[in-house]
This record gives sequence, structure tokens and C-alpha cells, in this order.
Amino acid sequence: MYHNKTLAQLSAMLQAKEVSSVELTQYFLDRIKARDGEINSFISVTAEQALAQAKAADERLAAGTAEPLTGVPFAQKDIFCTEGVRSSCGSKMLDNFISPYDATVVTKLKAVGAVMLGKTNMDEFAMGSSNETSFYGSVKNPWDLKKVPGGSSGGSAAAVAARLAPAATGTDTGGSIRQPASLCNLTGLKPTYGRISRYGMIAFASSLDQAGPMARTAEDCALLMNAMAGFDEKDSTSIEKEVPDYTTDLNKSIKGLKIGLPKEFFGEGLDPEVAKTVEAAIQQYKDMGAEVVEISLPNSGLSVPVYYVVAPAECSSNLSRMDGVRFGHRCEEPKDLEDLYKRSRGEGFGEEVKRRILIGTYALSAGYYDAYYIKAQKLRRLISDDFKKAFEQVDVIMGPTSPNVAFNMGEKSDDPVSMYLSDIYTIAVNLAGLPGMSIPAGFAHDMPVGLQVIGNYFEESHLLNVAHAYQQQTDWHERCPAGFED
Amino acid sequence: MSLDAEQVKKIAHLARLEINEADIPSYAGTLSNILELVDQMSAVNTDDVEPMAHPMDANQRLRADVVTENNQREKFQAIAPKTEDGLYLVPQVIE
Amino acid sequence: MQWEVVIGLEIHAQLMTNSKIFSGASIAYGAEPNTQACAVDLGLPGVLPVLNTEAVRMAAKFGLAIGANVSRHSVFARKNYFYPDLPKGYQISQMELPIVEAGKLEIELKDGTKKIIGVTRAHLEEDAGKSLHEDYHGMTGIDLNRAGTPLLEIVSEPDMRSAEEAVAYMRKIHSLVQYIGICDGNMAEGSFRCDANVSVRPKGQAEYGTRAELKNINSFKFVEKAINIEVERQIDLIEDGGKVVQETRLYDADKNETRSMRSKEEANDYRYFPDPDLLPVVLDDEYLQAVKDTLPELPDVKRDRFIEQYGLSSVDAGILTVSREAADYFEKVAELSAAAKLAANWMMGEVSASLNKNDLDIKDCPVSAEMLAGMLKRIEDNTISGKIAKEVFEAMWAGDGDADTVIDKKGLKQITDSSAIEALVDQVIANNPVQAAEFKAGKEQLMGFFVGQIMKASQGKANPAQVNQLLKKKLSE
Repeated sequence: MYHNKTLAQLSAMLQAKEVSSVELTQYFLDRIKARDGEINSFISVTAEQALAQAKAADERLAAGTAEPLTGVPFAQKDIFCTEGVRSSCGSKMLDNFISPYDATVVTKLKAVGAVMLGKTNMDEFAMGSSNETSFYGSVKNPWDLKKVPGGSSGGSAAAVAARLAPAATGTDTGGSIRQPASLCNLTGLKPTYGRISRYGMIAFASSLDQAGPMARTAEDCALLMNAMAGFDEKDSTSIEKEVPDYTTDLNKSIKGLKIGLPKEFFGEGLDPEVAKTVEAAIQQYKDMGAEVVEISLPNSGLSVPVYYVVAPAECSSNLSRMDGVRFGHRCEEPKDLEDLYKRSRGEGFGEEVKRRILIGTYALSAGYYDAYYIKAQKLRRLISDDFKKAFEQVDVIMGPTSPNVAFNMGEKSDDPVSMYLSDIYTIAVNLAGLPGMSIPAGFAHDMPVGLQVIGNYFEESHLLNVAHAYQQQTDWHERCPAGFED
Repeated sequence: MSLDAEQVKKIAHLARLEINEADIPSYAGTLSNILELVDQMSAVNTDDVEPMAHPMDANQRLRADVVTENNQREKFQAIAPKTEDGLYLVPQVIE
Repeated sequence: MQWEVVIGLEIHAQLMTNSKIFSGASIAYGAEPNTQACAVDLGLPGVLPVLNTEAVRMAAKFGLAIGANVSRHSVFARKNYFYPDLPKGYQISQMELPIVEAGKLEIELKDGTKKIIGVTRAHLEEDAGKSLHEDYHGMTGIDLNRAGTPLLEIVSEPDMRSAEEAVAYMRKIHSLVQYIGICDGNMAEGSFRCDANVSVRPKGQAEYGTRAELKNINSFKFVEKAINIEVERQIDLIEDGGKVVQETRLYDADKNETRSMRSKEEANDYRYFPDPDLLPVVLDDEYLQAVKDTLPELPDVKRDRFIEQYGLSSVDAGILTVSREAADYFEKVAELSAAAKLAANWMMGEVSASLNKNDLDIKDCPVSAEMLAGMLKRIEDNTISGKIAKEVFEAMWAGDGDADTVIDKKGLKQITDSSAIEALVDQVIANNPVQAAEFKAGKEQLMGFFVGQIMKASQGKANPAQVNQLLKKKLSE
């Protein structure tokens, strides 16, 4: 049925009028209604708006003015502001926040006529790697309902893995697209920093946040990228650079592709079964004519410490606007101004968010700024320079996306540091601002394993080409979690 | 670097976060663990390294000085916790 | 003990852009509350700042006007603190790398002494909103229309040694920002505001004393009063064995006292860091040259030129160049009338007095430069006397037309026909034989009496020089 089709296939069916957008939308809405109870991947389902959008899309399809994504349903991470729809960011703080405006990504997807089914669950303010910090409850991994789907875009990952939506948007600050894609057997792309507008995407860490697509195939990610990417004058960090058609290079040959394997990504801490799976995927690339060299990213080992200064510092400031004055949660009967601030924020934020605000506040405070923030920024440069050097040698860098497969719910929630280390391979990419992907590469312990592919700045097309080539030779990405085939 | 309960309270005040007294020791513990992780940074000498504030080496783009926004007070205040006469209300500010 | 006063000023000048520094909302003054606060100004989740090109240009213009270093590379930073008029919980400002550094300004005191005051830096930042303290059931109302209005914060060196110097410096900056067209200087609307850092130290001591920051001093008069009262307080305090505490103090104009701002007493830790939503502002030489080319002649240069070109005194030239509009007006009158000195006297006399009386600005003066020049010409060619000119000026002010029209309509043309004047002189002498006799007996101070009588008889139209000359001749006959 429709839920087993890719975005590209659904698009073709819509264009060929084999199905209408309204039928397709209703189909997925019904499926969400029937199955989301098992995985809790949506915070809001916007059935009414979705059907209205589908109707408009059908008119466009009939008029012959449709684009590839016109009428195709998708799920939106609840981090994006959507006008007239709750935009909670997974937090009690914004539980009552009906955004009065659309994020640029939302506007762009509306413009091409894509149909938003609803808003997906996520770690509160995107702070988490397991989706256990959401105010709306944990999301379950469709591959094993006792396990986490990864985070922070865990709702998007679970929804697509369970075939409740053909694709979804995600955001990635330290691995929040790639890690859940890896844990849920999806293809996810975090583009170059500045490639997709951050306007209207509720900020976690401004210098690291980047939106991107999550889908089952690289081709679907390319289709979404075509709609999402592009310069935005409302975002000062958006890059004025022409957007290519990301589908053009998909089928290019990858013969002679030079792959760098950072030795630091295959050391201690990596589950041997995951390592084996990743090595097999790399062997597949070799078989396809790629060349593999060992490289070194000597400072990448410090990415996690650096990230846990930079990201909390930025978030501590970004979340100051949540003060109970103009929007969002406000405590009952504040007795004075300080009480208003402290209780509204104390009640509105969950524990992990508070923890990061506290760490960030501390790192920026007088006397510690140089030792923490400036030091982290200096190391950020060293980490970034490591990549620059590496890309003088190789075309792409590959390794595991995550050191482990999906872990059990509750396993790491009392130990933030061990949770943070699950992003050990993804974080450096955000610090450098590079594009990175995770693609399904097989299974370990009966759970999905993702292969991470990192490209040079603005080489998303190339990454998608490399991923697509692999997906032409393998079928890992087609595997569906048991119980969700029908 | 580890944090004690007093420091946690001080930071929580700076960040205007209410934290239950009973939870303070647990925060002090996890925050200290995080700082221990962060302290690994000191292993690398960075004396001659220029801090990197931003992943892209780009300059600020400038916006034309044109008024593009119109009054949307009603829409914006529809989601506000407490307003009157077009004003946002907060507990008395004493100067 | 002899005390020395040390003052540094922080001036906030609102820049005269159309839109806000980081958003497309209007900065026009006086709108209904929160009608000019857009999503960005309100700090809604997800919004981002984009820098206004005019704000940058204006800051650069100021830097160039005070011979400062305009940074090729400046950075915006976040100043973090919670306050209801600060929607994001941080103010976007500049900390380590401001756009303007190391400028200077020459001030002139009443006694003619000149002094150079250093300008440490000037940086761009966003203004906050306003708290309205009228009682809303025991709550405070917040209006965010002003939030995001571009400000240039101009920070001086602690170079001033008296309230008089501080006021002279503030006036100089006030004049300059209007000259170069970056700020309207309207202090009543808060477009130009000042905080003063004040400390005292025993004369001869090298280290500075502990300073207090005085807020809310929004007029030249208050700056002077606030500084003087604060200096007095500090000296009294120290002499009584107390210590000055570093703190923010509010000036209360009604009570003429400064008092500690308790709400801001707690030590602030602003946690400045570079704003990750904004990139470095990079300006090149070409840009700066282009800005420089738009700079008008600056007040000091203009004053020196006025002295040279029009033969004005330094004081007069200084007064006439305080505002660009006044200087332009004067130059136009001087050129058209070819009587610069006379023009200067009229500008500082009748014109200035009438403007003050009617609370008008020179640009709204009902008597245009052309009209005033026309009248001065009639003084110069003896059509009217200086005294009659005042009547003509008043008529022009009231809208009765230009000088010639007024002179004609009211028959104010001066009598220069010597036979007609002679007749008047004869008549007055004949009517006042006693005084005439006394004059001849040596009471020469009666001259004024006779002149007055003749002017009265001629309804002020007789040429005073001719009257004088003929009177002398007749009375000595």
C-alpha cells in the first residue's frame, strides 16, 4: 500500500493521477490514528489543515502547475514554527504556543504544495539523544518498542520508520538528524551550516543548528532538499549561494571516490558489532570502485567536551526569551517579577533543559568565560581545521553514525554524560559546519546501524550521490520494522 | 571542576530558574560530571589559536533600511499570558 | 582637602533610521503601544536579527566625524540579563570589538578655554522597550515599540573635571550628531540620553576614586545639577569618614538628589558573548571613503571659516554653528544681504528671541532667510532704520509679506530728505525753547531728548544719522 512507497514513488503516482493527494493524506492520517499510539511520534496531528492543503494540491495537480512535492504528505518536526498550529518544541514551556508566523522552511514546503500531516515529537528544545526529554512523553523505536528512537528528531525518525509518513523534517545540532536516522534505519541529511534557513526554527544552539530531511532513501532526501534549501534574507547566517537540483547528480558514478576513514572513529567505545557492520558497508563501497585511505582527525576526540560548552552557552541565552511575559508558560499568581521569571521557567523547562541552561550560564559567567567558552571556541577551530586538512586528501569521510545501536529506554537518562557520548561521531561535523548523512548500513544486535558520510562544505549533492549509489546496490534502507509492514 | 550546592543556587538565580531545594544536590552532581567531561579541553594547548565563533567564514549582510512590518498587535497578543490596553502586564517593576 | 572631580559620560543617541536595527518595524515615536513591535522585536521563538545598513553607515559617519578609528571588523555580542522591557533576555550590543574606537572632541568653556575630551568608543546596540508604571491593578505595563530602535552608545574617557565641562561635551556631541544627520537630538522624546560616571579624588592623587553611575539625566540642565549634587554627596560622605560605593544612582529632578537604584543593586554578570545569530561587520576602505564623502562641513571647521570669511568673533561664530540649520540660514542671509555682521546680530537677536518665545526651531522660522536678507538690504541702503526694522521683522513674522511689501504698505520708508528733516528739527527746537537754551549752556546730555522728540514726530522714520547731524548744527548756531 501507500505507506510502503517512497516519496519519489508517491510523487510519481500523484503526477500520474493514480492517487489524489486527498486520498493519500487521508490514508496517512488514518494510519497515524491507528498506529501512533504504539510509538508516540506525533505531538500534534493537523488533519484539518492537511486535508485543506491536499485539496489545494489536487487542484494544482489538475491545473498542471504541480511540482515534485505537490500533494505529498510529510511530517514536520515540532521545532519549526507553524502559523496557527501549536509549535511546542517538545516543551511544557511552549505547550500553549500557537505560532503567529511560519518558519521559512514551513513557507517553502507550503509553496511547493507539500502536505503537512502534523508535528513530530522531539527531545525538549532538541536537547537529547533519546527522545526521553519530551514533555509529551518518550517516543518508541518501531524496531523495538522498548528502545529509544534516538534524538532529538526521534519523533520524525520513528514516524518515518513506522511508515506513518513517507518523510519528515528534522534538525541537527549535534547529531539530531543523523543519530535517530541511524537508530531507526533511515536516510538523513544534515546540510552545510547556512544552507537551510534557521528563521522560525526554534533555536537551540544558533551556531550549530541546521535543518534537514529525513526519509527512507537518498533520492527522497534530495527531493526534500530541493524544497528546503536556499538563501533567506531573514537569516543573517544563511549563505547566498545558488541551490543546485539535488536530484541531478544522484546517478553519477562513484568510481574512484576517495573515502577517508578517521582512525579516531573506530577506536575505543565503538560496539564491535556496529564496527563490523560499518566495515562491511565500506567494503561495499570498495567493491563499487571506491578507494579507501586512513586519515586522522586528531582533535575530534574533544568534540563532545567542546560541544557541551558551546551548545549550552548559546542555549542558555537563546532560551532567556522564555520568560512568561509575551508567550508561553506563565506561573500562577507571581508575587513579584523575580517570582514570575523563576517559577515560569522552573515549571516550564524540564530537567535536561535546566541542566544545560545552568552549564551554559556557568560557562559564560565572569571568571569562567575564558577557561570554558573561549577555550571551546579555540578547540572548535582546531577540530574544524582537522576536517579542512582531511578534505585536501579525500572526497568524503566515512564512519559509524553512532557508537551503538538503539539503547533501552531509561538506560542512560540518569547519566547525562553517557548520553552525551552517544553523539561522539556526529558532533564534530556540527562544530565544523559540514554536511553529513547517515544511511542504513545493516544491522547489529537485530537493530539498525547507520553509516555516516561526511562531505566538504556545500557538497550535499555529492553526499546524496554517494548514498544513492550504495542504495542501488543494497536493500538495507528498504527494511521495515516488524509489525509495521501492513 | 566541580560545583557545590551554593554555586548551583547562584547560577540558577542568574538564569532565573527555580530549582527545588531537594533537587539541588542531584543537579550539583550531574553538573559536576559534565564539567569533568568538559575539563578534558585543557589537555590541548590553544595559545595561538584564534577562537572560532562561527562555522562559516562569512561577513554580516546588511538589510535595506525599509519599514516592512505592519501592526500585528492583536495577533501577537492573542498568545500572550496577560495584556491590557495593548500592554504586556508583569508584576510591578520597582526602580 | 582639595578635591578633584572626574567625570565620564555615556551618551545614547537614537539613530534616525526608518526601521529598527534588526527588524523591519518602524521606529517612529509616539505610536500606540506595541503596534510597532514585530515578531523579531518581541523575541518570539525562532526569529532572527538582520542588521540595518543605515545604522552601520551612521555609526561610521560619527566615527569619521570625530577622527576615530572606524573598525574594519566589528562584532555584535549579547548582553544577558532579565528585565521585562528586554524581550529576548539579552540586549544585542557590541563589547570587545565596537564599530568606533579612539576618537576625540574639542570643547570650549565659557571663559574661552579649550579642552580635548577623548571618546573611548562608540558602539551600536538595540534600545529596550518601556515600562509604564501607571497602575494596572498593581502590575506594570510593557510597551515594546522602542525595543530594537538603533542606538549609538558614545562612551567618553574620564576626561572631564567639572559639571561645566561635562555639559559642554554633551552639547558638542548633541550638536554633532544632528549636524551629521544621524540623530534628531530630541531629549524630551528620549532620542538623546546621558548617563554620567562621577567620582572624586584628592587633588594630585593618580588613582581614580570609586565612581557612581548617574542615570536618567535627560537635559543639559539636569546633567549639571545631577553631577554637582552627586559630587557634593561624595565629598560629604568621604569627609565624614564614609566610602563611596560603586553603584547606579537615579537622579530625581524634583528633589534635586541622587539615590541608589535598589533594583539594580545586585552585582550584574552580563555573560557577554558574540551573538551567534550575527556575523562580523566588515567595512573596507572604499566604503569608509564613500561615507566620508557624505560628511558635511563639521561645526569646528565651520566656526573657523565663519571667523575668517565673515569676520565674526569666535563666540558669535560658535553660537551660529551649534546647529547646521542655523548656520545654513545665517550663511544664506549673509550671502543675499552682503551684510554678514548685521546678519549675525539679527540671528542672535531678534530671530533667536522670536524663535525661543514661540518655541520654534530655525527650520520652522516664519521669516525665511530670503526675507530677512531682503530686510537687511533695506537697512543697509538706508530705506529703514534699525529701529523700524524691528517693526518690519514683526510684520514679516506675522505673515504680512516681505520687507519691501511691509515698508510700502505701512509707509515705513525712512525720511532722508534733508529739507524735510530740517523742518522737523526746527519745529522741535521751536517747541522746546527751555531745553534748547540749556543745551546751548552746555547740558549736552539733552541731545538724546531732542533726537527722541524728532523721531517721535517723524514716527521713527527720520534717518537718525541725519537727525543727529542737523540737530548739532542747529543747536550750535
